Amino acid sequence: MEGFFTLFISAILINNIVLTKFLGMCPIMGVSRKTSSALGMGAAVVFVIFGSSVFTYVLYYNVLVPMSLEYMDLITFILVIAAFVQFVEMVMKKFTPALYKALGIFLPLITTNCVVLYVTLVNITNGYSFMEMVVYSIAVPLGFTLVLYIFSTIRERLDSAPVPKAFEGNPIALIVMAIMAAIFTAFAGLV
Amino acid sequence: MKSLVNYGMSLLKENPVFGLYLGLCSSLAITTNLDNAVGMGISVLLVLTVSNVVISLLRKLTPDEIRIPVYIVVIATLVKAVELLIKAYAPAIDAALGVFIPLIVVNCIILGRAEAFASKNGVVSSALDGLNMGVSYTLSIVALSLIRQLLATGILNMNNPFNDTVIFDITIIPADFTIPMFSSPIGAFLTFALLAAGVAAINNRDQKKVKGA
Repeated sequence: MEGFFTLFISAILINNIVLTKFLGMCPIMGVSRKTSSALGMGAAVVFVIFGSSVFTYVLYYNVLVPMSLEYMDLITFILVIAAFVQFVEMVMKKFTPALYKALGIFLPLITTNCVVLYVTLVNITNGYSFMEMVVYSIAVPLGFTLVLYIFSTIRERLDSAPVPKAFEGNPIALIVMAIMAAIFTAFAGLV
Repeated sequence: MKSLVNYGMSLLKENPVFGLYLGLCSSLAITTNLDNAVGMGISVLLVLTVSNVVISLLRKLTPDEIRIPVYIVVIATLVKAVELLIKAYAPAIDAALGVFIPLIVVNCIILGRAEAFASKNGVVSSALDGLNMGVSYTLSIVALSLIRQLLATGILNMNNPFNDTVIFDITIIPADFTIPMFSSPIGAFLTFALLAAGVAAINNRDQKKVKGA
């Protein structure tokens, strides 16, 4: 039990996917302008990662390994992810049309969100057990959502701040990211 | 000479990394040293060019509704091929880049060019577009890694990934004056932000010139 807790906390705070591995930067830069769409995006990402991790994990060990088709992992995984994203997109369009509109192009782009593919691949390369895989693939997107949310609150303020012309938009946002990365290194001794 | 300068300027203006913020993840993550940046750059260049060619060849056969899955399958196949080649011939690169090689699949530059260019243009111009974008991606991440490696370690070096021999190894900044922070994520974000701001400043200046004329 303790092992799962450590894995959970370290995946959220210490080895935060965005601040230490730089994955998922595109949606962070793109959807972080409003707090509400940041949370919606976060929820969608948690769901997609969890779902596609379970799927790919089962597929890998029950289909690919017995047939010694391990080298097909990348193609299988990306197809599962693409299908899952399509599914989430349809569900959102039906039940939360406002959020669907707010996320716009970034919703289908979850397919190319590196975090999703990263988690499914790491589940295999790190040899996680089924339970570890479940914990890890919930914790990582939660860490992603945490950074996305904090970042969007800062960014709402940033819009009205006087910024040198060349730094307007993304460069200043990256400076903010650098400061956040520096702050998150303080969590290093936590576990 | 002039065409070279023009080419350089177009690399800056339509730069996929600093101008459009595509392929951010890999350009931040693997630019801690030159070896990694060159290895990554060449892998992306290869995948991008070949995927542009293949997608351009398939463009008349691909139904519009399922084009994205088709592109992704093409790209994933090519990336897997590159990954296996790197594992076989350049294990040093494989060890250093690790999971970031399979993650080329989700590098937005590749899918972006497939959708924006290769799906609408002929084979030759798609190949050229892939080469062009690949070169400017490679140059951008090499620039990032040069700055980060120099400031963090004070040493500039490169190894031949195929047989682990040293190509060059120069110490420029004495060890007492290096800033190790630049090899950490903080340094990655900072260096990227400053370079991107530099590119934006050059573009702003040019736009003013155009308006003034």
